[in-house]
Amino acid sequence: MSVEGPIWIMRDYAKCSGCRRCEIACSLHHEGRIWPEASRIRVFMLVPGLEVPHLCAQCDNPACVEACPVGAISIDEKLKRVVVDKDKCTGCGACVDACPGRVPHIHPTENYALICDLCDGDPQCVKVCQEGRWNCLYVVRRDPSVSYDLYAKRPEEVTRELAILLLGEKGEEVI
Amino acid sequence: MRGYAGKFLEVDLSSGDVKEVRFPEEVLRDYIGGRGLAAKVLWDRLGDHWEEIDPLGEENMLTVFAGPLTGYFPGGRVCISGKSPQSNGITGSTMGGEFGVELRCAGYDGLIITGRAERPVYLLITDEGCEIRDASHLWGLGSIELLKRLNREVREELEHRHPRRREWREPAVIHIGPAGEKLIRVAAVVGKYSHAGGYGGYGAVMGSKNLKAIAVKGTGPLPEPAHPERVYELIDRVCQLCFASDMLRRWGTGYLGYEVGYSLSSEPVRNWQEEWHDRREYGVDRFERRLWVKRYWADFGCPTSCLKLATIRVGPYKGAITDNPDYELQAYLGTNLGIFDPEANAYLSALVDELGFCGIQTGNLLGFTAELYQRGIITEEDLGFKLEWGDADAFAKLLHLILSREGIGDILAEGTYRAALKISEMKGVDALRYAVVAKGIGIGAHGIRSGRDYPAIHSYCCSVQGGDHTSIAYTPINELRSELTTILHDSGVYCMFNIYPPGVLDLLWDFFTAVRGWKLDPEEWYSTQARRIIHIQRAALLLGGPDVRWRPWIDDVNPPRFYEPLPTGPWRGKAPEKGEVEEAVKRYYNEIGWDERGIPKSEELRRLGLESVDRKLEEIR
Ligand code: SF4
Ligand code: SF4
Ligand code: SF4
Repeated sequence: MSVEGPIWIMRDYAKCSGCRRCEIACSLHHEGRIWPEASRIRVFMLVPGLEVPHLCAQCDNPACVEACPVGAISIDEKLKRVVVDKDKCTGCGACVDACPGRVPHIHPTENYALICDLCDGDPQCVKVCQEGRWNCLYVVRRDPSVSYDLYAKRPEEVTRELAILLLGEKGEEVI
Repeated sequence: MRGYAGKFLEVDLSSGDVKEVRFPEEVLRDYIGGRGLAAKVLWDRLGDHWEEIDPLGEENMLTVFAGPLTGYFPGGRVCISGKSPQSNGITGSTMGGEFGVELRCAGYDGLIITGRAERPVYLLITDEGCEIRDASHLWGLGSIELLKRLNREVREELEHRHPRRREWREPAVIHIGPAGEKLIRVAAVVGKYSHAGGYGGYGAVMGSKNLKAIAVKGTGPLPEPAHPERVYELIDRVCQLCFASDMLRRWGTGYLGYEVGYSLSSEPVRNWQEEWHDRREYGVDRFERRLWVKRYWADFGCPTSCLKLATIRVGPYKGAITDNPDYELQAYLGTNLGIFDPEANAYLSALVDELGFCGIQTGNLLGFTAELYQRGIITEEDLGFKLEWGDADAFAKLLHLILSREGIGDILAEGTYRAALKISEMKGVDALRYAVVAKGIGIGAHGIRSGRDYPAIHSYCCSVQGGDHTSIAYTPINELRSELTTILHDSGVYCMFNIYPPGVLDLLWDFFTAVRGWKLDPEEWYSTQARRIIHIQRAALLLGGPDVRWRPWIDDVNPPRFYEPLPTGPWRGKAPEKGEVEEAVKRYYNEIGWDERGIPKSEELRRLGLESVDRKLEEIR
């Protein structure tokens, strides 16, 4: 990915195929297994056909960091990402409740929160999404004029918007 | 044992008992999973009195099996089986989606469902096991509303049980619509709105058990494969080969619409009275421009994304949601009904999805009915409305009439074959002449008369799944399109479309070996393992059921329509000769190990260790 400076993962929900290859890639990279629920990106399918890849927005003002009672989440200024300290994290879930998108989730078997770490700058999910030419996820250079906090949205909200976008009025009935 | 969760759930809906069962390693090694394992389990438990079992009675079982490759081989599926209310045999009916993957992540390779619940129920399966839950508030609902409510209910429940995990995703769900509830023999098991396990009629089996839906949410990883690195490498190679092959990705199977109709001349038109049309306005590009709102829609791990999300944006059918429609439904709910309009086709397709009908079986039934109407055998008086070719609104009315089970609707609700028997009796005509079925199962939208499409002249005659176009008899039996190869896909339980790109099939055997650790050898597969499965399916088919049985040899025929010369198109006048079909059937029997009447031979069964099948077949030898 030849993008200068800190990166950000752009998401164009309407293009998501729902293939979940991003979950496969993310969990293989971080857990060494195919493990959808341990993936840092989770594709929600609250309505079939309206798949929503749900991942951290890497907020400018991350509510999760503030909310953590033990200070387990910090900001990595270099890569512009939030980082969970697995050893400090108690899996209490305060970050989930604080995050406007309810993005973090607790590892299915371990006691810490899962948040996208941008794969240290080489996002595996983007790789497979691009390889598949779905173009739902792609890397952009972080742009100071964009408010990334606005991307921290709950899957329900995104699904609702997507429903109207793709299905028109009928979209109001499906979720 | 690698590649398997190792456990299956057995749920007795009559008593409410739930237990875990395991199968011996050799059983999994030889029968794999999905369709193969279903055949084995059904035979072991019900084989000795197979002919007495009513598919819609309490004693029938419903199996919902994943396979060892589910989630690994790109394109996740799940395989539904049981005694089929269409054929009275065993059909392995697979459908795409995340259900099989979720099930394996919850720690199970499959479900065996027996008995009958007193009231409507649904199953909720999680890492902790299975719970039978009340579904009276969901009974009667169509697909859209059902998924909406069930997703919400299950997510709330899971969040309540495990507050620590917070934001739960939706479960994977398979369900029935009103068609299954009303025990309509062309009802499908439905998933994700438009995905269906249609062949076999298992929607009616679910309905007979008062089972509205099954929801599963697992949080574990896929079962550890034997050689992980090799498996991950193979996944990547299969995906690369699929990416290189663009036709399905670009158009879905929809591109076949014009191709099969115009070039191959093997698409059903007006209940197969013709198999050719030149309606350019019905080409897939029209569907793309007018209906598709998402061009690439995929199931778990799939690089191909042959599905396309479609909705009608203007006109009288505005708001209908479906996928593509794919080739089969373009044909069966389009050309076969004299419909050549993408909107009308998508409207019927969406309606069928919503009500839980199988699009193929139902399109076959609607076409059959319309031909009887055309010939004056069924009248406006019988129906209460006119039923002209091309009139989508009339066909929608007919669907509702079938669903109401009133008057002639009740007869049609039994599916094309059984309705034909009844109508012949009622009207004193031979209605079977117009029934395009094999072993009670409507024939998929690929005809044999032009000789240009992939099925051979004996493909449907000898298939153990009747008219199922995905599972056809073929000579030589170790060929890609042979049923014995389909059995492998249906037992490993993954999407067979991802097998088609050149080069994939060569990787397949290795894929099985890498996931399971046991070497899967093509020669052994075609000579022993696949043979066991097909012989069991054949035995069940010949033993039949209380209402319908298939006579060995005599019923291994094409429907009468396939012997009528094609009236139009580039192969006008063409139809197979009966004698030539008979010879092909005999050759097939011989190659696969059946006797001259098509009954699996005693020495063949003994060679394979299927003594119980052999003993039972003595009754019909
Ligand atoms: S890889 Fe891309 S298209 Fe596939 S599910 Fe993930 S975001 Fe969607
Ligand atoms: S999206 Fe949520 S988890 Fe990610 S930085 Fe923002 S608040 Fe934190
Ligand atoms: S960038 Fe890496 S950690 Fe983040 S969601 Fe994608 S694969 Fe997972």
